[in-house]
Amino acid sequence: MPRVTSLTVNGTRRPIDADPGVPLLTVLRDHLDLTGAKYGCGEGQCGACTVLLDGQPVRSCITPVRAAAGKQITTIEGIHHPLQDAFIEEGAMQCGYCTSGMIVSGVALLQKTPHPSREEIVHHMNGNICRCGAYLRIIAAIRKAAQSHA
Amino acid sequence: MPDAPVQIEPERYELTAPPAYRFAVDRRDFLGLLGGGLLVVFSAGAQESGRGRNSESAPQDLNAWLHIGEDGAVSICTGKTEVGQNIRTSLSQAAAEELHCPIASIELVMADTALVPYDMGTFGSRTTPTMAPQVRRAAATAREALLDLAAEKWHVDRAKLTIADGKIACPGSEPAGFGELAKGRKIAKTIARDVSMARPLCQSAPKLEARDMVTGKHKYTPDLTRPGMLHGCVLRPPAFGATLVNFEAPSLPGVTVVHEDNFVGVAAPDAQTAAAALGQIRAQWKREPVPPGAAFGPGFYDYLKQASDPGEGDPHGSVEAGMAAADTKLAAAYTVAYIAHAPLEPRAALAEWTDGKLTVWTGSQVPFGVRTELASAFGISEDRVRVIVPDTGSAYGGKHSGECAVEAARLAKAAGKPVKLVWTREEEFTWSYFRPAGLIEISSGAQRDGAITAWECHNYNSGNSGLVSKYDVPNQRNAFHPAKSPLRQGSYRGLAATANHFAREVHIDELAHALKMDPLEFRLKNLKDERLRAVLQAAAERFGWGKGQGIGMACGFEKNGYIATCAQVAVEEKRIRILRVVEAFDCGAVVNPDHLKNQIQGAISMAVGGALFEQIRFGDGQILNPRFSQYRVPRFSDMPDVEVVLVDRPDLPSAGAGETPIVGLAPAVANAVFHLNGTRLRALPLAL
Repeated sequence: MPRVTSLTVNGTRRPIDADPGVPLLTVLRDHLDLTGAKYGCGEGQCGACTVLLDGQPVRSCITPVRAAAGKQITTIEGIHHPLQDAFIEEGAMQCGYCTSGMIVSGVALLQKTPHPSREEIVHHMNGNICRCGAYLRIIAAIRKAAQSHA
Repeated sequence: MPDAPVQIEPERYELTAPPAYRFAVDRRDFLGLLGGGLLVVFSAGAQESGRGRNSESAPQDLNAWLHIGEDGAVSICTGKTEVGQNIRTSLSQAAAEELHCPIASIELVMADTALVPYDMGTFGSRTTPTMAPQVRRAAATAREALLDLAAEKWHVDRAKLTIADGKIACPGSEPAGFGELAKGRKIAKTIARDVSMARPLCQSAPKLEARDMVTGKHKYTPDLTRPGMLHGCVLRPPAFGATLVNFEAPSLPGVTVVHEDNFVGVAAPDAQTAAAALGQIRAQWKREPVPPGAAFGPGFYDYLKQASDPGEGDPHGSVEAGMAAADTKLAAAYTVAYIAHAPLEPRAALAEWTDGKLTVWTGSQVPFGVRTELASAFGISEDRVRVIVPDTGSAYGGKHSGECAVEAARLAKAAGKPVKLVWTREEEFTWSYFRPAGLIEISSGAQRDGAITAWECHNYNSGNSGLVSKYDVPNQRNAFHPAKSPLRQGSYRGLAATANHFAREVHIDELAHALKMDPLEFRLKNLKDERLRAVLQAAAERFGWGKGQGIGMACGFEKNGYIATCAQVAVEEKRIRILRVVEAFDCGAVVNPDHLKNQIQGAISMAVGGALFEQIRFGDGQILNPRFSQYRVPRFSDMPDVEVVLVDRPDLPSAGAGETPIVGLAPAVANAVFHLNGTRLRALPLAL
């Protein structure tokens, strides 16, 4: 399979030169210096690497870069959403390492379901791990951002 | 407020093993680095936090705590590290309160061994009780010096001056900023021991790094780069203790392969090339035999007991006499599994050699300890090693060692270029260290009226923190028996206090039921300590104790914090579900209520994992579940409703809050399960 030579990230076409099987996360972080998406597990279990592909949340650590070619990639660096303020207002982070992934996942939820119930939030966010235990505050932040959209 | 003596909790398992690798020696001279400033506040002699880990006096090469630059910018230097506990904000808050300036005008320089005074490390919930007063003292000394300068400038009595919003004002003159007052002067002050300090304001301040975190701009160690930087990978042995006997690596363009002693690693221009090069290495290892029984399974706790030190412990009164006086006697054994810290940011380091000097950026709780490890590994003096700890993606007691820093530095030395090494999740699970497993045996006796007359407790391996309780028992014997653990073990948030509180508070519940007494009433009957009674009553009241099915409680004392936890559970298809938790906490004066609540909520969330799911499976010198898909940690769906009750004691010094709030959940949940269905659970993680 041919090498991947460009990606569209946060609305901008970026030249790259990557083996098609390399994880998207590696390309974003090491080739494009977009380090907001984090490595946490390498198996799609923790959600720290979450980015949007054509608006859909994916785990970039297990997404080969070829799957992102030709699609709109949105990383935390390209997100400007009331959920970010809501995280700050609710104090929804401690060490912050999971925060990028939480916000990208939360934005994906709010774009699909502008007024999610608590159950919908828990179901949608359950693939994102926060070891510091900010879960309840993250739920509160998502609910707050949903209300601000009302 | 007098400084409490430094105490490394006696339970703390320091990692005393010799360095994993021994590299050739190299010596050159070092030129010290000391940032200048118009006003610099030094400490005289070793400060509270400036002693070594074993109470040896600290290196005094650098001890500047505070700088005020020409532009009025205030830099405060501290060796503490930010790992999510929010001390960057709380220490800035403390300095701003003393200097009467906005928090935004304070820059906290943290955990850079070339710039900050020596510090033994960020652990043991010591920042708020010891570092915050030290920062306050430095800031208050600077404030007094600035007031002196202002009095001199305007030729007025100091009593006429006011200080607010980062400026000093004198009637009839334009207020002057700090930089303006210090302009053209080089002044060094020694921190005054008796300087007057403000009482900490009990107020919430927004987290300083929050904006960068929600926009992805915040840089952790794995996010850093240096010009010409390579990516590293390390070849891991197939089992703990294995030694390298044979080694063969193909020569690949652009790839540096390092083989020295037991260390094999590669560095390459990108991570993919490095991983591929590592995959082409052929290595033979000699494995060490594993003692029978030293494996995860039903017999493991017997193994641990027989591998433990004997000893009776210090008796208090006569346990035998206390047992003879008892109407009800109980004996039971409790176990806790090895668990992993699993910080979401795995160990990572970026190392760079320049002219024989080494700089390493790494996530750690002990920057100066890592400096020592690096100096020792490379046979150079510590003043040629600089360790910089970027604010780190959590630690929980799990980042007290510097293996990753040493590995990155070894690769960088060989490659002649900076090298970044980020451990994989499997490496983090396998090659870090664990919260110790433990067996705790308790026997007790109580009279019909509820008075406990005898208590004997033996803790095998997990540690002695929290082993002795606040219950008033006239006859006691408590003993900790260290054991030869098959797994490398070390600090963890709340460490042994979690195990000891689990065993004790479940046993207390068992005694209460045996005596047909309400667990709250039984605890209060045996407790005189007013602060512990107060949190117990506060939690019970908010929880509505006594109503509903599946309720349990626990209480305790650790690191000068008092905690009481009430929980309600349900059981769904043999799975325990925690519905609701109320936790009351007294840590003395509250500094920042919102961040304190965040710490308590976080501790409860983390405690859910140790209570219900987490356990390391191991055997044959290997970790059998080193992935998040195999090692279950708490997720959104596991979260109960949590209510926190802060019992503020503004009249008392503040204790740390990062650890103690974790100890109450597991026993409260176990007791709630018994209340629900009569099943007595005595092993963590709890399983039906």
